[in-house]
Amino acid sequence: MGASSLIVLIIAAIAFSGIAILVSKFVLKPGTNKQKGEPYECGIPTQGKTWTQLNVGYYLFALIFLIFDVELVFLFPWAVVAKGMGWIAMIEIVIFFFILFMGFLYAHKKGALKWM
Amino acid sequence: MWSFSNIANNIHAWLGNNFNPTMTLVIEMVLAGVAVIGLFAGLGLVLVIMERKVSAWMQIRLGPNRVGPKGMLQSLADTIKLIVKEGLTPDGADKFLFNLAPFIAMIVAMLLMAPIAFAKDFQLWDLNIGVLFVSAVSSIMVISILMAGWASNNKYSLMGAMRSGAQIVSYELSAGLSILTIVVLSGSLSVSDIIYSQADGWWIFKGHIPVLIAFVTFIIAVTAETNRAPFDLAEAESELTAGFHTEYSGMKFALFFLAEYVNVFIVCAIGATLFLGGWMPFHIGSWEGFNQVMDYIPSSIWFFGKTFFLIFVIMWFRWTFPRLRIDQLLNLEWKYLLPISMINLLIVTAMAILKWHF
Repeated sequence: MGASSLIVLIIAAIAFSGIAILVSKFVLKPGTNKQKGEPYECGIPTQGKTWTQLNVGYYLFALIFLIFDVELVFLFPWAVVAKGMGWIAMIEIVIFFFILFMGFLYAHKKGALKWM
Repeated sequence: MWSFSNIANNIHAWLGNNFNPTMTLVIEMVLAGVAVIGLFAGLGLVLVIMERKVSAWMQIRLGPNRVGPKGMLQSLADTIKLIVKEGLTPDGADKFLFNLAPFIAMIVAMLLMAPIAFAKDFQLWDLNIGVLFVSAVSSIMVISILMAGWASNNKYSLMGAMRSGAQIVSYELSAGLSILTIVVLSGSLSVSDIIYSQADGWWIFKGHIPVLIAFVTFIIAVTAETNRAPFDLAEAESELTAGFHTEYSGMKFALFFLAEYVNVFIVCAIGATLFLGGWMPFHIGSWEGFNQVMDYIPSSIWFFGKTFFLIFVIMWFRWTFPRLRIDQLLNLEWKYLLPISMINLLIVTAMAILKWHF
């Protein structure tokens, strides 16, 4: 069907979820009470703010991921031609991985991969 | 012979004869949309009942057995129940993001349907970068989860979303690298080219041990990417109630649930396409007679058989391994899977250049 299928799929997804939510809104008559909108915390009243500071570890992993994800994007065009190019492709990718691995080892040495 | 591509071509020809080109295109689009929605809903119903039946079977109990024959209509009854529940938005939540998140989850799951070949020459869009499309679009999934967790104004949700973010982005790397091994071997990013390159045997048999390693890495990585046990830290019931969808109820919860199960189906379909030949029947090299006998089984049955086998394997994991802690989870990826899959990619490249595969 070609690229137009993406538009069809997006419209289908929105229509499906929209209709499902609208139908359920239409079917029921919700009552109200004071406690209904409170965030669920196993029955006891909420303590403190929700949006507080979180462990920095999540952020560090996201940063290292960024490097490797860009690397992965570079690998896709390489992978298509690798078989045809022969050993030149192999040598290039070994050099590429070597540099990348140095960075990885540096991050490891600095303790970025350790969960604090 | 009766096949999906024949039916599609016949419909296309019939519409072309009876309507003008614009009308044909519009009708085809509507048909494709309705078919995909039907497949989506059907998959959700089937996979939920399958999950519960497999769980029951693993734990030697009966599972759902009241609604319909052998409890097969249970998930339909659950859907009706979810429709009549209220979709609550908690006080203090970011209303826009809170309501947007299930839509994004659904759109991502739906978009991933585009490059999957369900039967011989039967796919929505045979784009030449199909594999790249899949890995690019599937990484949008994490945005919907982070959105849901952040907007809920609930500590459990936020924590679940953060865990899920760290987990999904980490495991995407080794999933990507193991996909690349097949791209190197077949020399194409297009899904149909990869399937046709397996006409004389599936890559998992042709590629010796390195491809087997890539396959195992892929299965582990996609189990983590779809937040399935033993990597279900994002919604660990015993710690975070329900993780990022704690505050979701009614149909919005159902949409997340549906998107999750369809994602499991999609990653298994991709795994089946790359490693087990997609719709390609079980062929052995130049055994012409054997290959012809195998061709009698329709291609859609091969595709769905392989995919559901992989889904069964992922459900099997759930009852085999205990849940990992977040630091163990990230260690497993960064210290074992990522170096292993990088070295494995080098080995596969050498193998492809030396033509050591069959």
